[in-house]
Amino acid sequence: MTFEQVLTAARNNKDYRALIESIPYAQLIGLQPVDQSQRTDGFSAPRFYLPKNPNNIGNPILPAIHGGVIGGFMEMSASLHLLMTMDSLAMPKIIDFSLDYLRAGRHQDTYAECQVWRQGNRVANVAITAWQNDIDQPIATARAHFLLV
Amino acid sequence: MSNMQEKHIANTEKAARFLSVLPHCKLLGMTIEFVDDQILVMRLPYSPIIVGNPLTGTVHGGSLTTLMDTACGTGVFTFLPGHELCPTLDLRVDYMKAATPGLDLFAVAKVTRISSSVVFTRCDVIQGKTYAEAVANAESEGSTGDLVATCAAAFMRIGQAMGTAKSGDTK
Repeated sequence: MTFEQVLTAARNNKDYRALIESIPYAQLIGLQPVDQSQRTDGFSAPRFYLPKNPNNIGNPILPAIHGGVIGGFMEMSASLHLLMTMDSLAMPKIIDFSLDYLRAGRHQDTYAECQVWRQGNRVANVAITAWQNDIDQPIATARAHFLLV
Repeated sequence: MSNMQEKHIANTEKAARFLSVLPHCKLLGMTIEFVDDQILVMRLPYSPIIVGNPLTGTVHGGSLTTLMDTACGTGVFTFLPGHELCPTLDLRVDYMKAATPGLDLFAVAKVTRISSSVVFTRCDVIQGKTYAEAVANAESEGSTGDLVATCAAAFMRIGQAMGTAKSGDTK
């Protein structure tokens, strides 16, 4: 199946696992979609999950997840959020990415959720929040612009 | 050998030791390419495992973020005296163009200012089969190898205490 076919099937079935499995970098870090049917918080925005993974460690002493992996997880979450909510069949192209680290990302499960503040014809502005135990204590926040093609 | 050359060799060894203990960087095959007393160059070999767009084979921005964060952070560790670990405060990346599939990526990192509590850094990512080729590509406009991304990152100084210091953790 082509990427477009995988994406179309994912949108029709509301199951994005096969789409994410087709992206090598998402596989490398272990990104997964949160099963929306298991959500109990009443919100419906797509949520992403990065299971605890020893290969993602950047500080072996704490130990903590590599800051670049946290950034990659958040950036990938933002592109997937756009793929899930837009009509286009093309992968959004990242223009810039600004990331603030708020707390050390411990060697444990991490979550991310995105908010599209503005989606124009050509550019989308997306805010991304990442957290571990408590959504109100984020480990990082980020803002990204994507070129929509 | 001059004092300067000895200093560059010591810096290269310090940077390589720092990089060698980072599991995720080992996974990506990142290596120290060049260090003097001004810049640090880190290499990220092209690999199918870091592809972000399966249609084009271009690497994902996340692997570039990892490369730039590590290059700037290793630069901070290398160019500060002693063994000071500084967590990243923030990172701003501009993606100038999609990296060409098959070419290795080189982050050229520079420490621009060391204050008592913050270290400021900048980094450019260029690409080529070798570092020399990447530099040549970056200088010849319009070729396949000009600037891929730039980054500005700030790091917090938390003192010499290694290991137990927490990176902005309030818990």
